[in-house]
Amino acid sequence: MTVVGFALYALIGGGALLALVRLALGPSLLDRVVATDTLLVIISAGLAVYAALERSPTVVPVLVVVSLLAFVGSVSVARYIGGMLLRSRTGDGRDLGLPLAAEVREEQS
Amino acid sequence: MTVEPAATRLRHQVPLAVWLVVVWMLLWGTWSWANLLSGSVVALTVLTLLPLPHVVGGARVRPLPLLVFLGHFVVDLFASGAEVAWQALRPGGVGRTAIVQVQLRADSDLLLTMVAEATSLVPGSLVLDLDREHRVMTLHLLPVRDLEGVARKKANVLVVEERLVRAFGSPADLAVLDGHQGKAVSTP
Amino acid sequence: MTALADVVAFACLLTGAALCLTAGLGLVRFPDVLSRMHAGTKPQVLGVLLVMVGAAIRLDGWANAWMLLLVAAFQLLTAPVSAHLISRVAYRRRHVRRDLLLIDEFGPAGHQDPRYRGDEPGDAPPEEDGVLPQPS
Repeated sequence: MTVVGFALYALIGGGALLALVRLALGPSLLDRVVATDTLLVIISAGLAVYAALERSPTVVPVLVVVSLLAFVGSVSVARYIGGMLLRSRTGDGRDLGLPLAAEVREEQS
Repeated sequence: MTVEPAATRLRHQVPLAVWLVVVWMLLWGTWSWANLLSGSVVALTVLTLLPLPHVVGGARVRPLPLLVFLGHFVVDLFASGAEVAWQALRPGGVGRTAIVQVQLRADSDLLLTMVAEATSLVPGSLVLDLDREHRVMTLHLLPVRDLEGVARKKANVLVVEERLVRAFGSPADLAVLDGHQGKAVSTP
Repeated sequence: MTALADVVAFACLLTGAALCLTAGLGLVRFPDVLSRMHAGTKPQVLGVLLVMVGAAIRLDGWANAWMLLLVAAFQLLTAPVSAHLISRVAYRRRHVRRDLLLIDEFGPAGHQDPRYRGDEPGDAPPEEDGVLPQPS
């Protein structure tokens, strides 16, 4: 039982760590949004694993909150960038301070 | 927005209110008359304060096609989940991607939303855009090897759409579906 | 009986946790935002479903099972919405590695529509406003 628990925590912790790596590396805001979204989902999976291993239902309401927060967070950031694109004259937000997409930079260089 | 009679309005809001009450009960976890009553009060308050436009063209549910759709959906979920997971694991990096457009046949807001949701939930395909007027859905596909594979995935989306229409569509939607199929057969 | 339930629960939990790990791997290894989103949707749907099923088997009582079901339903409802919003903005901002695309049937028209570039029709700028960006 403890071996299974250790394996579960290792798998989830590894996933969370890799999501954190992507969060730190970026390179763009949207990458970080995706990474945060995934990280929150992995955290809620971790909480569920904890509840299942310990057979303790105390964290179950937290799960509901976390799963909704992940959605609200990523949608609000996506809509914020969408609003910036809307006001931008060049169409990709360059003039409003959004950095150029890394993929475009690669093509140009 | 036109003012509609209260009775029509109420009738359209009933499914939403029932859903809100169900969520309330699930949150409390137990069934009791007090929960039902407080849930109804909360649902009505939410619906009054934050009114939503009702969905045009109500849905009908056919149980057997719905089961067929759900079964295929779960199989799809596992198959393409494994495919994308293998893309992440395999040495040598990621294969190529594709952006494709699929011409859908269903002509109802609800059905198109369901098709887009189902397509987006299955890993490996991501909805970029949905043109309501022309019923064209733009997808980003992840593991593609050749054009043949792309064509297969596009055909798969249409199959999912057909299953959904058979489960939820009105007779008119079904007729459109059969009409398209007849045409496709007659002009190979 | 309980032993069998435990085995099923742990199988679900292990598969879900493995999917979380592959999601992290995909996030790090995939080349552009749209591909990374594919990696992100996977634990959100299949992984969360499996983990919730496993937890519901392990936890006694219907109250917890219902709440876990609610979490899974929320995930299924919200994951496509946020994925669509993000991917749309990502495509407009050209976060796409075009050299990796096998075909692109959407074309550049996706981000050159001068009139409508927001997330929703309500975001479209009023046409007489004068702030309408010139199509380049």
